[in-house]
Amino acid sequence: MSNHKQADTPLRLFWNEFRSSHIALAALVVVVLIITLAVLAPWITPQDPYELSKLVLMDARRPPGFVGSAGFIHWLGTDAQGRDILSAILYGLRVSIQISLTAGFIAFSLGATLGAVAAYFGGRIETLIMRIIDLQLSFPAILLALVLAALLGQGKWPLITALVTAQYAYFARTTHGAAATERSKDYIEAALSTPLSATRVVFRHILPNCLPPLIVVSTVQIANAIALEATLSFLGLGLPVTEPSLGMLIANGFQYMLSGRYWISIYPGLALIVLIVAINLVGDQVRDQLNPRLKR
Amino acid sequence: MSVAHDSPTSDHALLRVCNASKQFAPSLSFGDHIAVWLGQEIDQRIVHAVDGVSLTLHRGEVLGLVGESGCGKSTLGRMMAGIYPASQGNIRLDGVPVMGAGKKPLKTTTRIQMVFQDPFASLDPRVRVGETIGEGPLFHGLVNAADLKAYVTHWLETVGLPAEAADRFPHQFSGGQRQRVAIARALAMQPDVLICDEPVASLDVSIQAQIINLFLKLKHELKLTMLFISHDLGVIRHITDNIAIMYLGRIVERGPTLDVYENPKHPYTRALLDSIPRLVTEGDELVVFKAIDGELPSPLAPPPGCHFHLRCPHAQEICKTRVPDFEDQPSPPVSGHDVACHFPLG
Repeated sequence: MSNHKQADTPLRLFWNEFRSSHIALAALVVVVLIITLAVLAPWITPQDPYELSKLVLMDARRPPGFVGSAGFIHWLGTDAQGRDILSAILYGLRVSIQISLTAGFIAFSLGATLGAVAAYFGGRIETLIMRIIDLQLSFPAILLALVLAALLGQGKWPLITALVTAQYAYFARTTHGAAATERSKDYIEAALSTPLSATRVVFRHILPNCLPPLIVVSTVQIANAIALEATLSFLGLGLPVTEPSLGMLIANGFQYMLSGRYWISIYPGLALIVLIVAINLVGDQVRDQLNPRLKR
Repeated sequence: MSVAHDSPTSDHALLRVCNASKQFAPSLSFGDHIAVWLGQEIDQRIVHAVDGVSLTLHRGEVLGLVGESGCGKSTLGRMMAGIYPASQGNIRLDGVPVMGAGKKPLKTTTRIQMVFQDPFASLDPRVRVGETIGEGPLFHGLVNAADLKAYVTHWLETVGLPAEAADRFPHQFSGGQRQRVAIARALAMQPDVLICDEPVASLDVSIQAQIINLFLKLKHELKLTMLFISHDLGVIRHITDNIAIMYLGRIVERGPTLDVYENPKHPYTRALLDSIPRLVTEGDELVVFKAIDGELPSPLAPPPGCHFHLRCPHAQEICKTRVPDFEDQPSPPVSGHDVACHFPLG
């Protein structure tokens, strides 16, 4: 109970251990850097790739390093409309991250609530919720997302709906497993013998104690959401052409690959890979640290 | 120590457990449900944890509940605390059932609170101690948000913790301090009855004494009515007015603590008291304490008749078939000391 323990909060210990892994730390720096660049895109890019009137067709399909008619260097070249690839990538990342995080947040809230409610109440409610989720998990996520994206049409919210539907089940199942363990612990019985309301027991006591496995699932699922969103956009089921995300940029440059204009597809693809790999590396480290069996 | 049975309020029981039983059956899986629906009989393994127990707690009484591990004393405590509903029978506080009706009944009263055995498991690790103590009273309107801090401080000080403890998490406390927090949480609900389920069993011996002294202090200051569950006969003797001895789901003997210790009537109580390990020497020879022969039978298939007959040195034919009752005794019980045995001792 002395003051020096204040410095040894679980969060600080966690951070100290995280910091000791150089790969994870580098990956975290990359993730933060990419997100920062994406957020700041409108202020740091030389060109607004969505402003069609600013695009010069004469500059189309130029290689990296080309100095365009607007006077700045296209570091990563231009695409078929004369769009600066670097600017398009940053704007595309912005869209991808925005959609994935929104979808991830909604899927997390929905899935965690369903899983905890199922574990708390048990019986028929649990059977109903968990069997629906099992049924859904037996279909590949990409298939569900494809069907939904095709049904709901193009746009931000239809895409987010498709991603949430494809992903909430993973959160629900993880929460259900963790919550079923917490449910049988004495502090829940203590809450029942007070008694507190079911809402308070679920949201104040069960869910916060399910957070560690949920954080791990979140990192993996955010990376998956980014990949899934890119896949849907690549297939033309994502956002409209006027607001290209990374997947659509890759799709747009795909036809020029064999003619040697690799940069239109390759650089957006690289940005996507770096982001997904970095998020996964961070997630791996978090998972290792939260897994008591791997504790050294 | 006064015996509550003799007190003026003895005709009025505060908490009355009436013929309560509890069976645990593993819940049927989806496939089992279909099998039952199709007419298949499922062989269910039912645990008979508590079997027709009747008890009364009078205001101001401290009742000890003693028995081996697995005899159902914790289950009975949880039934009285409103955590498990009784399968049969009922538990009433001032005549009102402790739990509501229905398939999944909820506890209806805040007047019974519980202290658990393991203070490392009974406190939510992610909730600050102040909130753990204050959330119940706040939720039930015993205190308003403005006075909450002072209220929590009051109960922390009652159990011997500093006011600053409210801002800390359970992991920053030792086992004894945590148990004090758990006691403060129960007391903050201003209960009439406190159910203590082996509250000192998981603590170091030196800490045990501190917590028992705390209970003794609270008993006198707050006039608490307590059910004190333990397998430790030394602790029970120190703190309780009356005791009930439990064996495999049934109460076998009950009465004023000292009377039962001095003059046990049930062979199991005698065996239990004889099995307390102590270092007594007679002459130069060390007297080896007597252990009870055999093991507690499985509550999955309790023996017929008296549950203790398999291990009882005085068992006869009738013990194997007929369940002894408290009413069977030839002579009326003296000062509330009675026994469920066909052949009571002494």
